[in-house]
Amino acid sequence: MSAWAADEMMTVAAARRLRNGTVCFVGIGLPSKAANLARRTHAPACVLVYESGTIGAKPAHLPLSIGDGELAETADAVVSVPEIFAYWLQGGRIDVGFLGAAQIDRFGNLNSTVIGEYAHPTVRLPGAGGAPEISSGCREVLVMLRQSPRTFVECVDFRTSVGLGDGPGFRERHGLGGAGVTSVITDVGVLEPDPRTCELTLTALHPGATVEQARAATGWALRVADELAESAPPTATELRALRELKTTTEEKQAAESGPGAGQTAVAAIASSRPA
Amino acid sequence: MALEGFTHLIPHAAGHEVIRQGRSGLTLVRMTPDVVHDQLIGVGCARRLVFSWGGNPGVGSLRRLRDAVENGWPAPLELEEHSHAGMAAAYAAGAANLPFGLLRGYAGTDLVPRTRVASLECPFTGERVAAVPALRPDVAIVHAQRADRRGNVQLWGIVGVQKEAVLAARRSLVTVEEIVPKLDPQPGAIVIPAWAVTAVAEAPGGAHPSYAHGYYERDNGFYEAWDAISRDRSGFLSWIDRHVLGTSDVGEYRRSLEAVA
Repeated sequence: MSAWAADEMMTVAAARRLRNGTVCFVGIGLPSKAANLARRTHAPACVLVYESGTIGAKPAHLPLSIGDGELAETADAVVSVPEIFAYWLQGGRIDVGFLGAAQIDRFGNLNSTVIGEYAHPTVRLPGAGGAPEISSGCREVLVMLRQSPRTFVECVDFRTSVGLGDGPGFRERHGLGGAGVTSVITDVGVLEPDPRTCELTLTALHPGATVEQARAATGWALRVADELAESAPPTATELRALRELKTTTEEKQAAESGPGAGQTAVAAIASSRPA
Repeated sequence: MALEGFTHLIPHAAGHEVIRQGRSGLTLVRMTPDVVHDQLIGVGCARRLVFSWGGNPGVGSLRRLRDAVENGWPAPLELEEHSHAGMAAAYAAGAANLPFGLLRGYAGTDLVPRTRVASLECPFTGERVAAVPALRPDVAIVHAQRADRRGNVQLWGIVGVQKEAVLAARRSLVTVEEIVPKLDPQPGAIVIPAWAVTAVAEAPGGAHPSYAHGYYERDNGFYEAWDAISRDRSGFLSWIDRHVLGTSDVGEYRRSLEAVA
């Protein structure tokens, strides 16, 4: 047993991809966790932008939703939703988009719309949200996903967001700015598009993971880069910061979801009214 | 009918009143349909949903929405789905009295054949851009922190797309936490003047389980509990019977939740 969990290694590996000062458009969930870890470790000046319109948010705990009050209270600026997408994302001011998805395919296209046929889906997923334009409007896109053959599929059931389309030239043909997906960070390793074929290729393994394991967790015949790197294990500083983040988030949630959840809010409503 | 609120200031109390009035056949417009839309759809108010992301934020799926889409219960639900950027542009176009909104978006995605979007050539540069039809709801309902006695509405914190929704709609209703004699300035606040709003109603706590910045926090426990409440049809209907149809306003709704807490 290693001294850290695979999920922790994934979060640390993703956080390391953000440089100090990077302006990052953050999706909720795993990307938000990694971006906040980066801000607490090597990249304190990393600017977190959430689609709720909060620019430069510095949350003390991880937000449960994309529009928690904590984001607005700690942000440098809060703008409307039309403005965040038009002026800031479409305006070309974001370096890195940071996304998750329900499915990803060999060309890094993402699905968050349906599993199965669109008209008669097996699973109706939440839908596009900000992802299609995050994928086209940022200089590059990082994806964070736990790797499994159900998630890493030959071809997505629905292309909600373009990674590299059907291969070389697709983004240019469709007038898409930015590089698209440049790295997919998983609990096994890192996949990056091959510079020639655009196909996602295993370029790094986390310590302890094997090529066989990565192949078994991928729904297409996964190619391996000629020079396969090994991720540096999480440092004590990274692990401490990540676990502190987890603890403060859980404490916050426990305070809100304890016995009588719902009642606390009702009581707060009652007491918030001026006499 | 547009109900808006981007995770903040979601007009739950107004949504409950729509259910009590037994409305049906509605086209619901919302960028981020969440729990209140799960309720509206689950009781059969909706025929069509125009949206860009539908889920229980931070928790998972909307089970009533999924039941309507996957199984047609209680009625089939037509979907018109967009991206956030597309829907925000559509609202802004509606507010600006334009026939369509423009954006760089949708290109290369499978949304293109499934939604109302067209590719346009810029008349000046020849560049291709996406057009989405303007949203002009018959009515928009939003919730705000407060209004003054004349009906000027003030909201702050995450302001979402509420101003655009109100100005795009033919009529609008704003529910507020409180009506005050005078609106004190608040950092980052927007004001929608009384003459641009059709009606204002006081509904303290009317955004619960979402939050009202400066008044109360998000009831995350409720969002988590909703997953179990909405899991099966009968459990959902008995919750609606007790807490929505069995109450007559937001005050009774709050007391009915306290009674089971």
